[in-house]
Amino acid sequence: MVQNKNGKAKMKVLGIESSCDETAVAIVTDTKEILANLIFSQVDEHALYGGVVPEVAARSHMKHITALTKQAMLDANITDFSELDAVAVTAGPGLIGGVMVGAMMAKAIAAVHGLPIYAINHLEGHALMARMSNDVAFPYLLLLASGGHSQIIIVHDIGQYTCLGTTKDDAMGECFDKTAKLIGLGYPGGVMVEKMAAKCSDIDTAIKEFILPKPMLGRDNCDFSFSGLKTAVRRQVEIKQIENMSDEEKSMLCASFQHSVNLVVKDRLKNAIIQFRKIFPNMDSPSLVVSGGVAANKTLRQGLKEVATEHDFQFTAPPIELCTDNGVMIAWAGMERLLAKKPADKLDFAVVPRWPLESVV
Amino acid sequence: MSIKQHLINLNEIDMQSIATQCGKLLQKGDAILFYGDLGAGKTTFIRMLIRSMLEDDEADVPSPTFTLVQQYDTKQGEVWHFDLYRLSNPDEVIEIGFDEAINSGISLIEWPERLGGYLPKNRLDCYIDFIAGDDDMRSLRFEGHGSLEHFNIRGLNE
Repeated sequence: MVQNKNGKAKMKVLGIESSCDETAVAIVTDTKEILANLIFSQVDEHALYGGVVPEVAARSHMKHITALTKQAMLDANITDFSELDAVAVTAGPGLIGGVMVGAMMAKAIAAVHGLPIYAINHLEGHALMARMSNDVAFPYLLLLASGGHSQIIIVHDIGQYTCLGTTKDDAMGECFDKTAKLIGLGYPGGVMVEKMAAKCSDIDTAIKEFILPKPMLGRDNCDFSFSGLKTAVRRQVEIKQIENMSDEEKSMLCASFQHSVNLVVKDRLKNAIIQFRKIFPNMDSPSLVVSGGVAANKTLRQGLKEVATEHDFQFTAPPIELCTDNGVMIAWAGMERLLAKKPADKLDFAVVPRWPLESVV
Repeated sequence: MSIKQHLINLNEIDMQSIATQCGKLLQKGDAILFYGDLGAGKTTFIRMLIRSMLEDDEADVPSPTFTLVQQYDTKQGEVWHFDLYRLSNPDEVIEIGFDEAINSGISLIEWPERLGGYLPKNRLDCYIDFIAGDDDMRSLRFEGHGSLEHFNIRGLNE
């Protein structure tokens, strides 16, 4: 039996995530150990950011979830589900067919073995991840930026969130994907844009040569808008005619694009930091956490570090594989709820396609 | 014959009023298919349309590129906003509730090129195009089929 330092059996939570392209199952302990972390992506790993092309079907989740769950138990060296302390599962937001597959699996395990079950909000999984991976303490400021989400959130406590800003249209990751597509860079879009931008040696010339908007810059809120930036990139590609664009020009356009995104993100976070400080005026070096797939972008990370340092915040990001969708974050969110003695959910909880983080309790 | 309507040199305010007009005319079983390049403004136009149907100018209407479909409850029926951009195989539309949407909802569909053989019989095709040399202007072309053959966006150029 797995034991912790004082000889007491460690608590173990199984987590299931199936709200989008990934089917993921993980098992974590109360001592922040990952006993199993399995993930099956319906998208080729590299296509995650690209226009290409998941088989989104609930059917696919169904095909893999049993094998993943069995393997997770083997990896964790747990022979019987009854050795678990709880089951946690994403109950939304997400593609409802997929969410349902995960929820049914979790409910079946919980029902048969009499385990408490936690219906986890997918965004809460992302929000709490850094507490496990980086020992971040409440409260903290979170930027969640992925292909489907762009939000700035104050994480007060488990089940206590304030959303300071969100996107009015496209998500940040989506904007990277579509820009890559427009410039003909293929996938994964986010990585390709970053690579191309890195080839640009003269950023000052690039931003003059390819003038792009900085949507929302200077507004006194924390919201994002990326749709217009995408259209502006399209315009530039049209003016220069993509087939005539040299790699140097493409690198300049990418650099200018990243520059715009970076300025906007820094500006939005600056406002968020001011709001955070208003609520918590006396906190020493609170954490600024970034999560979601976009957290992989180095320019963005650098920008965030700068904003954090400037305002006496501590910049933190979970390892990339825990920033993107995974089962560990769901298992951990369940563990947090278990440790906080939050009541478990009823077995007949409903899954929901839309579920704002702020309405989580 | 079907009514083809081509509206050119539309600014944002024009687009808004067309979207609102469109929203008023829609009923259960209707589908509008939106054609246009990346950045043409498909999602933006649909956002205007859905907000007018919800009678809420600020309603949260996120891009469905990642989630593939978003649903909204309106007085006229359930609105399904599809973005098929990420689909590889037309059969996948069935998995995301396409049949139900077409039969009993109001469907607004981006990237209908991905539909293959699932093209709905009763539909309004809407093409959104850029106007050369003007970033802020668009043109819209409508063409109705089946029960939407005579769909007429009235009150536009009056």
